[in-house]
Amino acid sequence: MLKDKKRDYIVSAILVIGLFILLLGMINSGMISRYQQGILNFICINIILAVSLNITVGCLGQITLGHAGFMSIGAYASALFTKSGIIPGVTGYLVGLLIGGLLALLVGVIIGIPGLRLKGDYLAIITLAFGEIIRVLIEYFQFTGGAQGLSGITRYTDFRIIYIITALSVFIMYSLMTTRHGRAVLAIREDEIASESVGINTTYYKVFAFAASAMFAGIAGGMYGHTMGIISAKQFDYNYSINILVMVVLGGMGSFTGATLSAIVLTLLPEMLRGFSDYRMIVYSLMLILTMIFRPEGLLGRREFQISKLLDWIKIKIVGAPKGESKV
Amino acid sequence: MTEPILKTKNICMSFDGLKAVTDFTLEIMPNELVGLIGPNGAGKTTTFNILTGVYAPTEGEYIFNGEKVKEGETYKLVRNGMARTFQNIRLFKNLTVLQNVLVAQNFNMKYGFLSGTLRFPRFWKEERLAEEKALDLLEIFELKEFAHYKAGSLPYGEQRKLEIARAMATNPKLLLLDEPAAGMNPNETEELMETIKLIREKFDIAILLIEHDMNLVLGICERLLVLDHGNLIAEGEPKEVVNNKAVITAYLGEVEEDDEEEGVLE
Amino acid sequence: MVFILKERVDKMKLIIQIINGMQIGSIYALVSLGYTMVYGIAKLINFAHGDILMVGSYIALFSLPVVRNLGLPIWFVVIPAVIISAILGVVIEMIAYRPLRDSPRIANLITAIGVSILLQNLAMKFIATGATPFPKVFDKGPLVIGGISINFTIVITVIVTFVLFGVLNFFMTKTKHGKAMLAVSEDYEAAQLVGVNVNRTISLTFAIGSGLAAVGSVLYLASYPQVEPLMGSMLGIKAFVAAVLGGIGVLHGAVIGGLILGIVEALTKSYISSQLGDAFVFGILILVLLIKPTGIFGKNTREKV
Repeated sequence: MLKDKKRDYIVSAILVIGLFILLLGMINSGMISRYQQGILNFICINIILAVSLNITVGCLGQITLGHAGFMSIGAYASALFTKSGIIPGVTGYLVGLLIGGLLALLVGVIIGIPGLRLKGDYLAIITLAFGEIIRVLIEYFQFTGGAQGLSGITRYTDFRIIYIITALSVFIMYSLMTTRHGRAVLAIREDEIASESVGINTTYYKVFAFAASAMFAGIAGGMYGHTMGIISAKQFDYNYSINILVMVVLGGMGSFTGATLSAIVLTLLPEMLRGFSDYRMIVYSLMLILTMIFRPEGLLGRREFQISKLLDWIKIKIVGAPKGESKV
Repeated sequence: MTEPILKTKNICMSFDGLKAVTDFTLEIMPNELVGLIGPNGAGKTTTFNILTGVYAPTEGEYIFNGEKVKEGETYKLVRNGMARTFQNIRLFKNLTVLQNVLVAQNFNMKYGFLSGTLRFPRFWKEERLAEEKALDLLEIFELKEFAHYKAGSLPYGEQRKLEIARAMATNPKLLLLDEPAAGMNPNETEELMETIKLIREKFDIAILLIEHDMNLVLGICERLLVLDHGNLIAEGEPKEVVNNKAVITAYLGEVEEDDEEEGVLE
Repeated sequence: MVFILKERVDKMKLIIQIINGMQIGSIYALVSLGYTMVYGIAKLINFAHGDILMVGSYIALFSLPVVRNLGLPIWFVVIPAVIISAILGVVIEMIAYRPLRDSPRIANLITAIGVSILLQNLAMKFIATGATPFPKVFDKGPLVIGGISINFTIVITVIVTFVLFGVLNFFMTKTKHGKAMLAVSEDYEAAQLVGVNVNRTISLTFAIGSGLAAVGSVLYLASYPQVEPLMGSMLGIKAFVAAVLGGIGVLHGAVIGGLILGIVEALTKSYISSQLGDAFVFGILILVLLIKPTGIFGKNTREKV
């Protein structure tokens, strides 16, 4: 089993690097325009958002409606840091992202303890409230630029940096959730009482998963702010949180590859269908309802798209099935 | 002299003034197989919930493996050596059989977030050891062939076995079985008896069996306690207990109302 | 002299703010009752509940011409608002929640969120994106009680809330259908076994809850005379906070929770900061969940093992 996993990692790494080289080539040769490059950047940011929300919704099985709120914490913290000019240049940007992520993590712990200590759906309502509080507070204070928003943020739109951060983030999240810690989180989703009965500190792991999820939302928020150059609290509203939730629900709750795929599709869709944006929220809400009624495990299901399985399948097609071995 | 693994003294439990359990005193020695029986509504479930730390008793003392038990910290009790199964089986249904057993080893594994995420050698080593141990356990309980099946897809009897295997993966000193024969047909019950005997052979462990099914209890327990209306009415070797007058009276009512297959009076 | 006068003025201001708080608190209480009933019975946070209040407001708006043509007072719009909202509540339950009754809770929650967004966006797409003004509902002058003049709307809001709460309480404890509701909320499988029609009982709960929200919508319009698609969302969240504060599933808890929330909000707005009112309300939620998660009147229940 473990050997299979190692092979999986190597194949995935090759694929991620291959895609990177391909996209870079297309950008350098002009096949991808500047405008399309901007969309690529947003796809990357949305991938981090969807995959991180997937940790809370898919792996832990809790609903959070304040993902955009954590984004705004990351966006403001990192923007204020880079604006301060303590560390200039790309290094400052990266440190800023980290600070934004860590602050979001901290707030995630503070919100997570009251919201998750109890069995039940309190997290949903408390994160919904949190999303509102954070907006009110950002608009209230002066150092955040108040209701006018924060402008003059140095823009970092280099696709290479954004791609690498995205790949690293997704790797870390996936990797984290496949450790013993991640397994504990999945067990809690399946049955909280049974998890406790095998010695798992459920509150600890619930807060852990939620805070990890918040941290990467903060990082994505920081990237968002430095892509736009100007941010305001209103951008990170309830609807943004719902957009991300739709990505996770459609991508298959608990599936990292599914979340990634649906983040790509749902970022491209409004770009490709101009008229779509008018009806976007109506379509999304109907999708949420219908998916839950007809396919509650998510549109693409819980399974991961596994490259090793694909390779096995190709091998069987070419070489023929190995003898004396039957797969489950 | 060996200390008892579990020791309660005069435990009382009342809900809104209504006494559910009165003066419950119990000592379980390491390696003992004790049965706790009683007709419906005798307070078995409440007692079980006290013993597993779900409720704090309103009065009395409860010491498990040398430590006083506090309410609501079940996981600490488990880490201290208590494992349990549930009356209505609770598995991690969408995880594989192997993963179910791995989860139970979580607190015995030591690698942190960083070494896990970055896949340090420590991660691989501990994961490999955990997997070996899990597969060994599955082998003992004859579940190894299902290791990569989803737990929810197993038949009922196998699910019960997996639940016990999962409990055993926490390295318990005491295993609490909450009506394990509930919902089982005679064949499955027979198999369950074999499984319990197997645990006794292979592991150094005490078992407390809370059960309704008399056949199961009489077949394997070394000592029996009988609860009725929250009171312990009898204690001793199975043969003595079933001939005890108070026990017969307690069960007789039920025998008359229900059916006569309780087997108490044979 | 000046000090005494100032003290009197301060005291008056405080009393007036508390009365204002009771007014919005009463509306929270009405909406909160619906939340608490639905949560008690279906164990579901009905995110769409606040949006039903929005729908009720639009029904009130659209039935204005009819009421005027018939020469009736404006508050008669409450009748169509209640009827149509109640029907909407029942329909939503049947279509969106009933198929999921035995699904994991997260599925229910996601559907409820979906319904909420759907209602909001349908209203935005097909009615109006912004606010539409609503005429004065009650045009009586202020009442003078104990030297303080109180707006008539406030008086009627508080009275209606308490009367409806009294009626609901009577219904729940004394009538057959009400008792059936209590039974279903205790244990719906057991209720089914003793012959309670669970589906009908749940429908009735949604009907009553939505009807109360519609009454709340008209009372809300009496004080804040405009209708907009997103009006229900914040109000709904606050009403839910009120339900949690009072102890979710407990009727009188919802009312007391609503009143406390309204008063805290009014006091924060006038004494601390008009912007931070919402933040304080949610601060209360976090505090309650930390200190007494079952709320003021909540029962301490544990999941059966």
